Amino acid sequence: MIPATFEYHAPTSVQEATALLARLGDDAKILSGGQSLIPLMKLRLASPKYLVDINGLPGLDKIAESDGFLRIGGLCRESDLEESELIRTRYPLILDTCRVIADPIVRNLATVGGNLAHGDPANDHPATMLALGAEVVAVGGSGERRIPIAAFFTGPFTTALRTDEILVEIRVPIPPARSGGAYVKLERKVGDFATAAVAAQVALAADGTCARAGIGLTNVGATPIKAQRAEAALTGQRVDEAAIKRAAGLAAAAAEPAADLRGSVEYKTDLVRVLTARALHRALERASGPGR
Amino acid sequence: MLVKMTINGEKHEADVEPRLLLVHLIREVFRLTGTHIGCDTTHCGACTVLLDGRAVKSCTVFAVQANDRTLMTVEGLEQNGVLHPLQQGFVAEHGLQCGYCTPGMLMTSYAFLAKHKAPTEDDIRHAISGNLCRCTGYVNIVKAVQHAATAIAQGGS
Repeated sequence: MIPATFEYHAPTSVQEATALLARLGDDAKILSGGQSLIPLMKLRLASPKYLVDINGLPGLDKIAESDGFLRIGGLCRESDLEESELIRTRYPLILDTCRVIADPIVRNLATVGGNLAHGDPANDHPATMLALGAEVVAVGGSGERRIPIAAFFTGPFTTALRTDEILVEIRVPIPPARSGGAYVKLERKVGDFATAAVAAQVALAADGTCARAGIGLTNVGATPIKAQRAEAALTGQRVDEAAIKRAAGLAAAAAEPAADLRGSVEYKTDLVRVLTARALHRALERASGPGR
Repeated sequence: MLVKMTINGEKHEADVEPRLLLVHLIREVFRLTGTHIGCDTTHCGACTVLLDGRAVKSCTVFAVQANDRTLMTVEGLEQNGVLHPLQQGFVAEHGLQCGYCTPGMLMTSYAFLAKHKAPTEDDIRHAISGNLCRCTGYVNIVKAVQHAATAIAQGGS
């Protein structure tokens, strides 16, 4: 399959890239890892007139903790996350997530920034970043701004990014001690989108009650879903079986899946209930375990 | 647009349209037809090549993105008439039947073994999970990669 013709630009600085995007307007698409965009172009579901390849922008591939945040560069590859000692030892929810996105070869190119900026409710990082309470750093012609992840996904394949903006970084607040998270995804086979998936992150207070809970849902709505009522039901509570069951029910109630080849509305809704309970159990186990 | 790249140690250049996919440049312009096109939809991995040492699906990369970079294709495995330990492993363990997925399997495994000297069966299965084989059921492919890991540990290349 051959994509439609386009004009190719490969800027070498963020300023040059944002100026290009401002000039080219809505006819331009940003090429990051390309693992969603290129298949769409081959199927002619997308035929942008201009491609702005941001892979040559320096300094956007870092993974580091500073100023109270885990900072992930927009061009960081999924496989970089998977191999990062920092992610492996301190961010189990992110590690779970990056290991089930597409397949290992796709993950060598696919970027974290692209996974979010594509705005696909079937992508996996959105739910995880919702659970972690992350924020997105965007740079455009008028400078840099931070967008809370809960305000980032505005519709199917639509985000709060402006035409001339590039997602340069994702900031995750460093979780306090006694935190844990897990991502549980049901997929028909490696490389498939989730039938449904749930990201859960919990922080326990000194008395063992839940100080903070984050729950994000993948591919069960027009946008990634933050299960706020389920989160609220856990906060301040002792997280026992009854509390998990209640939260799982509330997460299922927040899901708005569509029926497709992967399952019916009823099936997917109940799947969210089951996966939420599993994700919470695993997150709690990790929060109570050694280290983080 | 003029693109230059090194493939298997040799310099290549071509004038390409930006929409040309890397796999078509490799096969149809440079005539390195060992790299296969399977699904053409980023699923099967038959087109896997190494781009600066990383395994990528060359049907999902534009040729212009490989400008000034270093590639390795399945033709680069054999050195001076001697098959690479991975190729020897695929022969010894019957790691292929029709052979269509094999170039991709080899390149993925090559990049994987460069980082993992003593992989477990689970590690190998995880590593090749983006390469589809419809003949073998993967059992002999896993054995072939283990065969190569052992050979390399014992002093193969």
